[in-house]
Amino acid sequence: MAIMTTPHISADGISRHFGGLIAVDQVDFSVPRGEIRAIIGPNGAGKSTFVGMLCGRIPVSAGRIMFDGKDVTALPAHKRIRQGIAYTFQITSIYGRLSLKDNVRLATSWRWGNDEQAIQNTIEESLEKVGLADRMDQMAGDLSYGHQRLLEIAMGISQHPQLLILDEPTQGLADSEIAGFVKLIRELGGDMTILLIEHNMNVVMDTADQITVLNLGKVLATGTPADIRGNRDVQIAYLGETHA
Amino acid sequence: MIEKTGMTDARKSLYFHLGLIGALFILQFILPAYHHGNLARIMVLACYAMGYNILFGYTGLLSLGHAMFFAAGMYGMGLPMVHLGWTPEPALISAIVAGVVVSAGIGFLALRTSGVSFMIVTLMFAQAGFLTILYFGEWTRGDEGFVIKQAERVMAGFDLSQPTNRYNAALILFSICLLLTIRLVHSRFGRVMIAIRENEERTHMLGYDVHFHKWMAVIMSGTMAALAGAAYALLFGYAGATFASVQYSIFPLLWVLLGGAGTALGPFIGTLFMFYLIDLSSSFTTAYMLIAGLALVLLTLFLPQGLVGEFRRKVVPWLS
Repeated sequence: MAIMTTPHISADGISRHFGGLIAVDQVDFSVPRGEIRAIIGPNGAGKSTFVGMLCGRIPVSAGRIMFDGKDVTALPAHKRIRQGIAYTFQITSIYGRLSLKDNVRLATSWRWGNDEQAIQNTIEESLEKVGLADRMDQMAGDLSYGHQRLLEIAMGISQHPQLLILDEPTQGLADSEIAGFVKLIRELGGDMTILLIEHNMNVVMDTADQITVLNLGKVLATGTPADIRGNRDVQIAYLGETHA
Repeated sequence: MIEKTGMTDARKSLYFHLGLIGALFILQFILPAYHHGNLARIMVLACYAMGYNILFGYTGLLSLGHAMFFAAGMYGMGLPMVHLGWTPEPALISAIVAGVVVSAGIGFLALRTSGVSFMIVTLMFAQAGFLTILYFGEWTRGDEGFVIKQAERVMAGFDLSQPTNRYNAALILFSICLLLTIRLVHSRFGRVMIAIRENEERTHMLGYDVHFHKWMAVIMSGTMAALAGAAYALLFGYAGATFASVQYSIFPLLWVLLGGAGTALGPFIGTLFMFYLIDLSSSFTTAYMLIAGLALVLLTLFLPQGLVGEFRRKVVPWLS
């Protein structure tokens, strides 16, 4: 693939060490605007640490991160979010003792100043997209686990981000919910760049334009779903060396 | 704890609290002198507790050093009056400035820590503040404290040592603090404070500068505590190092826990309850702290959300 335009988000040799452990090791990475990029890899490959550095939750030990043409390496997470990056946690992180409505309100209200009508519309629209609009007055903590995941995605969408980072969004969802999620991601794909850490290969194959495979903190391969499916290194990383 | 945001709920809650202020106004014509004096004192101490509640109840930060903010206001008021001959009006301003400066400085440093470390750091700063007051005993009169003369306690033409004036001054201050708290809780800033209490990491990753919000919460909380300290010095004519001691850092925590953390009215109810618990039990036994302690244990076991917290949970979910 020829990269002619500036990438939407890119990492230039970023690393993260935790004491002596190297979680992410000099990764170069770039995603063009509007692409859905899946990040896969075995457990412990450094996927969450890697996207954590992109969104600012985890500081880099070395390297540089560019977002939308600007160097954001030194920006704290909340400023990166306000520049258009939304992030959902691997382990569901919502406000259990607030209503769904208030959860989404917190996510989106800073975008709108005092435009209460726009806030209300965004809340309804975002909850509508994940199918939770009829529950907006319920306490978020009373939802099932799958619904809490969807609420967190609604909070991400409500920020109208340019870049949406989803860390294992389908973990714990029922099959019917996964089908809805795949449909939603495809719809959103045109409007925003999406990074998707995902273990469910069906979801990856059904949504991703490109896949980056991480293993032991390094990029093992990047390519289309078809390339990755046929890549021998990837098969070895996932399944172990096979003796022919 | 449920924070509703609808307009009608906010309005119902406002009317409820305005009703309470009205009731407190009427009570002064009914109460016997003893309880009349007590209630004035309770209202001032409740302002201290309301300040504490902004940080502890709404933002989720447990400070063990609020006595230094109370004392900053008390001495910010008392010292210039006694040593510089200031009238109460400019002294009130110097008390508020002292509260802002001390809480901004301490908050800036203490917020580099969190959780248990934050408790320890605030405790240590308050202890340093207490020792500083003792060290400058020449001016502060240390533990013994100093009296502000009756003739000097005249503000805007009102003699604040006179019981009726004192009661109404306390009521005005109480009303301001209560209404400010309600206003804050329903503001966008207040919602972010509550969000930090409920889930700090999520709030940061939704695009909020958590550290700044916490710092502002410390400043608002500390300044309200200082205002209460200033009022205490002015209305009761005394400033002393006891009010800067650990004991006075623990009191607002107890009052807020008893009344209900994160409720606008909880601090007042908690202060009222504990004041009379000690008052009544000490009338028939010298082991009154044993009775107070037992009551606290029982309340914590059976009403973990405090008196107002449980009342809100069971009866009026719209309460601020």
